[in-house]
Amino acid sequence: MDVLGNYKSVISARSTDKDITKKSQDGGIITTLFAYALEEGIIDGAIVAGPSEEPWKPEPVVVTTKAELLAAAGTRYTISPNLNLIKEATRSYGLDRVGIVGTPCQMQAVRKAQLYPIGMRDVDDKIALALGIFCMENLSYQALEAIVEDHCNQKMESVKKMDIGKGKFTVYTERGAVSQMPLKLIHKYVQPGCNVCLDYVANLADISSGSVGSPDGWSTVFVRSMKGNAVWEGAMAADLFETKAMDQVKPGLDLVTKLATEKITKNQKNVDARKTFGLKADGTAKGLRNPYETP
Amino acid sequence: MPGRTPESRPEATPAASQPQTKPAVKPSDVIVKEKVEVVQKEEKPVADKITIGELHLSGCTGCLVTLADNYEGLFKLLDDYADLVYALTLVDVRHVPEMDVCLVEGSCCLDDKLSVEELKEAREKSKVLVAYGACAAYGNITRFCRGGQWNQPGHEAFVPISEVVDVDLYIPSCPPCPQQVRNVAVMAYLLLKGNDEQKNLATAYLTPLMQLAQRGNEACGCDLMYDVINQGLCMGCGTCAGTCPVRAITMEYGKPNVNRDLCIKCGACYSQCPRSWFNFDVMNNYEGIMDAIKGAME
Repeated sequence: MDVLGNYKSVISARSTDKDITKKSQDGGIITTLFAYALEEGIIDGAIVAGPSEEPWKPEPVVVTTKAELLAAAGTRYTISPNLNLIKEATRSYGLDRVGIVGTPCQMQAVRKAQLYPIGMRDVDDKIALALGIFCMENLSYQALEAIVEDHCNQKMESVKKMDIGKGKFTVYTERGAVSQMPLKLIHKYVQPGCNVCLDYVANLADISSGSVGSPDGWSTVFVRSMKGNAVWEGAMAADLFETKAMDQVKPGLDLVTKLATEKITKNQKNVDARKTFGLKADGTAKGLRNPYETP
Repeated sequence: MPGRTPESRPEATPAASQPQTKPAVKPSDVIVKEKVEVVQKEEKPVADKITIGELHLSGCTGCLVTLADNYEGLFKLLDDYADLVYALTLVDVRHVPEMDVCLVEGSCCLDDKLSVEELKEAREKSKVLVAYGACAAYGNITRFCRGGQWNQPGHEAFVPISEVVDVDLYIPSCPPCPQQVRNVAVMAYLLLKGNDEQKNLATAYLTPLMQLAQRGNEACGCDLMYDVINQGLCMGCGTCAGTCPVRAITMEYGKPNVNRDLCIKCGACYSQCPRSWFNFDVMNNYEGIMDAIKGAME
């Protein structure tokens, strides 16, 4: 399979809703799509990364209104265990049509939960819209804290926005300070689980989106599944996005392909290296567990 | 085979006709409708169905109820794909028959001779033996039994069925999920009756569940530590916490934390985890497969 996965169309887009783009990380794609899907009754609610008691620590929440969605807009560079609520959303929250946003690995988890619903009773046909976000790697909360407070020397609670781009991790504070550190130095903080991930642009999402490939303030959008296509076309018909063809924008799809290839090649090497990680008494290699081969 | 579906049942002897004491006279206000003879014309059954049975050992019947929790889906399965040839309360067959797929519910009590005999008989008479549900696969809650319970205090030793017989396929979790057993039933049908393409799909789909059966019969929330986090594979997606049927798992700073006092050892968390196994050949085709299953159930 191509590193970018199956998709019906790819386009550069930005939300036309100023309330959303004021708060969104880039083009406001995810927030706008969920707001549209809620409005149209395509979903009854969405599982998103909401705020928690600690600054910049996301917590999965089920939102059912645009206001709640807006409170959750923007990227936090530590994982929000959104799958935690996937069964709960259909139970305690009583949703028949669930929206969920997540990283590529979380989209994989969604599809596994649908195809092999071992402990996911009555969930498989209730996933109405699964939106994926591009992801190179992720950090634990404590790692994010070390980066912001130790390397960038800013307090977590005073940070207004965090961003990754152009080889740098950038922190913007409420009072206007900007601190940066080279992305290279972040590597030691990356979750080990991310080093075996073979998906960059959420190949299994209905629609996936991320900043890479598009100009500042815009996002690259892959429309992948039949469901995703129906939602995207509806949102376009409702004038919720302004768009540009991918071959009309800089840096364009080539950069997405380049980064995807880099990530997958590097991580495939990691997966392969695990096979010969250790040593048996007879001198042959002893491997670590490989989730892509056997449980 | 002793007692296998008796060919002839003792017919009930017709009651001796009582002499009428008085002639039946129809009251004049009774409207007589012409009795319509309903001929129950049996439709030709689908020729190539597979046969499925459920053997009930030391379980709570939750797995069997789960099968029925497919509601109209169960009827569709039974109409088009599978004959249910053996199951407690659902089928009037007293002895383990020959079958293509045997779903075994419950762990096996070593102190109960009948359980052991029936389990071995089911193994002998089925093509595919499935540990259906956590008790059969991993022992589940019966792992905590130490005997002394009413009304069989002598029943003390309970083991996952793979301690007694070879098992081909696992469907973990307590209770298992109706959609999972439905998917396995459809795939088993495709495997045994389908064309080459369908056989390949079914093989690819069923492989990880068969590998689970090879992996062993001990499950616990600890698997998340041993085989995912300790192996450097966890990325904190939250699936395990979302799937745990007893809410023993919470996500603390992006990683699962298992309350081991609550864990019932059902194996759901680990088998649902996208990093326990992830087969791209099947998952990349999720849309087609889900449509196919949906289509098959319509």
